[in-house]
Amino acid sequence: LLDLDTQALSLHTTWNSFLLSLTDWATLRIERGVNKDLDSASEFEMSDIFYFARRGVESIMDDEVTKRFSAEELESWNLLTRSNNNFTYISLRLTVLWGLGLLIRYGFLLPLRVTLAFTGVGLLVFLTSVIGLLPNGRMKNFLSEKVHLMCYRICVRALTAIITYHDSENKPKNGGICVANHTSPIDVIILASDGCYAMVGQIHGGLMGVIQRSMVKACPHVWFERSEVKDRHLVAKRLSDHVQDKSKLPILIFPEGTCINNTSVMMFKKGSFEIGATVYPVAIKYDPRFGDAFWNSSKFGMVSYLLRMMSSWAIVCSVWYLPPMSREEGEDAVQFANRVKAAIARQGGLVDLLWDGGLKREKVKDTFKEEQQKLYSKMLVGTQEDRSRS
Amino acid sequence: MGSRASTLLREEEIEEIKKETGFSHSQITRLYSRFTSLDKGENGTLSREDFQRIPELAINPLGDRIINAFFPEGEDQVNFRGFMRTLAHFRPIEDNEKNKNPTASEPLNSRSNKLLFAFRLYDLDRDDKISRDELLQVLRMMVGVNISDEQLGSIADRTIQEADTNGDSCISFQEFIKASLVEKLCETCF
Repeated sequence: LLDLDTQALSLHTTWNSFLLSLTDWATLRIERGVNKDLDSASEFEMSDIFYFARRGVESIMDDEVTKRFSAEELESWNLLTRSNNNFTYISLRLTVLWGLGLLIRYGFLLPLRVTLAFTGVGLLVFLTSVIGLLPNGRMKNFLSEKVHLMCYRICVRALTAIITYHDSENKPKNGGICVANHTSPIDVIILASDGCYAMVGQIHGGLMGVIQRSMVKACPHVWFERSEVKDRHLVAKRLSDHVQDKSKLPILIFPEGTCINNTSVMMFKKGSFEIGATVYPVAIKYDPRFGDAFWNSSKFGMVSYLLRMMSSWAIVCSVWYLPPMSREEGEDAVQFANRVKAAIARQGGLVDLLWDGGLKREKVKDTFKEEQQKLYSKMLVGTQEDRSRS
Repeated sequence: MGSRASTLLREEEIEEIKKETGFSHSQITRLYSRFTSLDKGENGTLSREDFQRIPELAINPLGDRIINAFFPEGEDQVNFRGFMRTLAHFRPIEDNEKNKNPTASEPLNSRSNKLLFAFRLYDLDRDDKISRDELLQVLRMMVGVNISDEQLGSIADRTIQEADTNGDSCISFQEFIKASLVEKLCETCF
């Protein structure tokens, strides 16, 4: 019944299949009740708990959600100790290989990359501030584009990211919104080194804030103060103002709202899909054999995460630009968001889940439990109504 | 260079668990890594909160009772042995097992042990009887707010009436076995 050794995931695990199996079982129960002699039939049977007990224990053994918030398990070892939870000491040769790898990665690659990273960021801050002094116009936009691209490309080298871009003819255009699945902050660098986007986010303090403030001097990004983030109408207004101005760059948004471990796509928040602009979906898939790019923010801070990235072998990923999508007649924002999410999941080979990425930190809402209870009650009460009619 | 998981789970322990529960070696190591991934406090035991963190379990109407089944009387932590012992009830019954060792004690996943597990989901105070109150509690968990107290009460009364053969208005384990269309459902659900 429960094959604990298979890792195969079906491509569409949705909440509906949950409810469907409950209704299937309920139908079976009702049919059995109808076939028995009405006088001795009882709608409720003590064995009804077997169904819920089985579902419960199945989810204890393995569930679809909690494993999305920690690094993916690999089938073979990539010589990085951080990914070898299940491998034991095997031989001297392997240890030597691993030690050599360690030397190369920390002694040679890491210092090189850190230098590059500082160069890239420093240049970005300096040059964008300089461009900010120019008057608004075509020259400024042109220079800003070149500067952004150059600095992001230096950062890409700093991570040794080997990126394959597919279907570049579908690249996002001005006045559109680019949505992508979110695995780590590096996603931004990967996308921005191939095209120019207006970033959206909260203003931070410290180094991040410095970078953000100088970037916005060269071309308009959408930065929010912490207090403004809660106000959904304000956020929606600023975003729609931005997309309506065709001279401004396309917005880059990650609708999952949090980092997921690149094996699945979780629920998209509907805010960006309500604005009414053309949506350009992008799928990003990392190859885990070279280094796990997932940022587990409860385990690692930003700096230690970046250090880990820079001491992996390389970051290999594929980016697919999907054809633009718009909201259709009679479709609401949630359905539109799910449609885009399904397209991204299909292209990237990821599991399409309806669960909210917010479950990483918060508890699940009670409404799901209440739906199950309602369904079960209907089954009990329904048969009673039939009996009273006969 | 050893891995975190297997240095904490020694070969002898795996053998003992294998004998006690009947799971295979690879199943045990897989369930051990599942156990450690649920153990956020990293102290080798699971608390009730660790189970609650699984969304699919948190929305199960009987979630709390199922979680309870893992914790021995009055305790708040369960270690890996206890975890496996409870999960062993859900291992499918294999026919060739019956012939293997006739002198050994009854395996954890035998039919009657599975039924005992289900019985204990109802029987919270472990007095080996399901009282009307205990039945009502479980019913209420499964239907939520959608059925009135009176209707629920009459469902409970009818169930006890049909199952109770010795007239003590409670359901004993034997009466439970007879009442719950056992043979068919056991096969499909466990």
